[in-house]
Amino acid sequence: MRLTRKTAGEIVEGDMTPMIDMAFQLIAFFMVLINFAEADQNQRIHLPSSQLAKPTEQARDNTLTLQLTKTDTVLLATNEVPLVELRPYLRREREFLRLKKIEPSATTIIIRADAAAKTGVVQQLIELCQELGFEKYVLRAKQEQAGRSS
Amino acid sequence: MKFRRQKSAHEDATQMMTPMIDIVFQLLVFFLLTFKIVSPEGDFNIRMPLSAPSEGRPDESQLPPLQIRMTANAEGQLTGLRLGENPLKDFQHLHDEIVTIVGDDTGPGSIAEETEVELECDFALKYEYVIEAITAVSGKVENGHIIRLIEKIKFASPKS
Repeated sequence: MRLTRKTAGEIVEGDMTPMIDMAFQLIAFFMVLINFAEADQNQRIHLPSSQLAKPTEQARDNTLTLQLTKTDTVLLATNEVPLVELRPYLRREREFLRLKKIEPSATTIIIRADAAAKTGVVQQLIELCQELGFEKYVLRAKQEQAGRSS
Repeated sequence: MKFRRQKSAHEDATQMMTPMIDIVFQLLVFFLLTFKIVSPEGDFNIRMPLSAPSEGRPDESQLPPLQIRMTANAEGQLTGLRLGENPLKDFQHLHDEIVTIVGDDTGPGSIAEETEVELECDFALKYEYVIEAITAVSGKVENGHIIRLIEKIKFASPKS
């Protein structure tokens, strides 16, 4: 009877390892879920490629990235908004910039539009931003792979 | 007694390998999952200033913009490309025409710096053709270096 109790106690001590393993696996799982990539690079957007698209040497100060999908919706931070409903979101962004003492005219709008998006929709997006006082725009493209013809 | 201690120490060492291998595999899986090829991206500046009615007078010293007209079918495929009234075959042809107009002079105060391009596109045109046109007018790559041509690019109102 006494011997049996002692054996049971040893088994309980030995069972710690799978639990620690499981804990590490959970830690690894949550680490994988962390998005290390920049938030403004959505994988749904397939940018058009250009041989002149080189990364900028100096970082832009005040930017707002608008990602236009081929289904005419705009990815703004974590929201996916149809273009017709974008105005309140942009107005909120403008107010937020003003709270930080940044005028919309000093903010650069980075447009990451899908290669299959309609040009007219891109222009509508620019017009909407113009109405809200934004003046600087850049169109983003990915760098063309070497050896690939345009 | 001595033998027994050595044997038990050896067994402990063997047992200690298991968690370490676990961790190594976990790290391997971790790096495999987070490995992502991110292609470098670049920007093209476009000039879309606010059109204030009081400041609507065009600058006399400025050259009239070169107009590039791109037409598209309902699917958004490019069906026609013109520089002014001059029809062009493709974007390489457009690039050659631009080089002919602005020449090799690309420094400050040059024709390339003064000239402005206006893109007039059909509404349904796929955006990738716009980037191709901008690439054709804004520069070229020679020996790995980018030679900038026209950088003042703007959009005209879209045609339906």
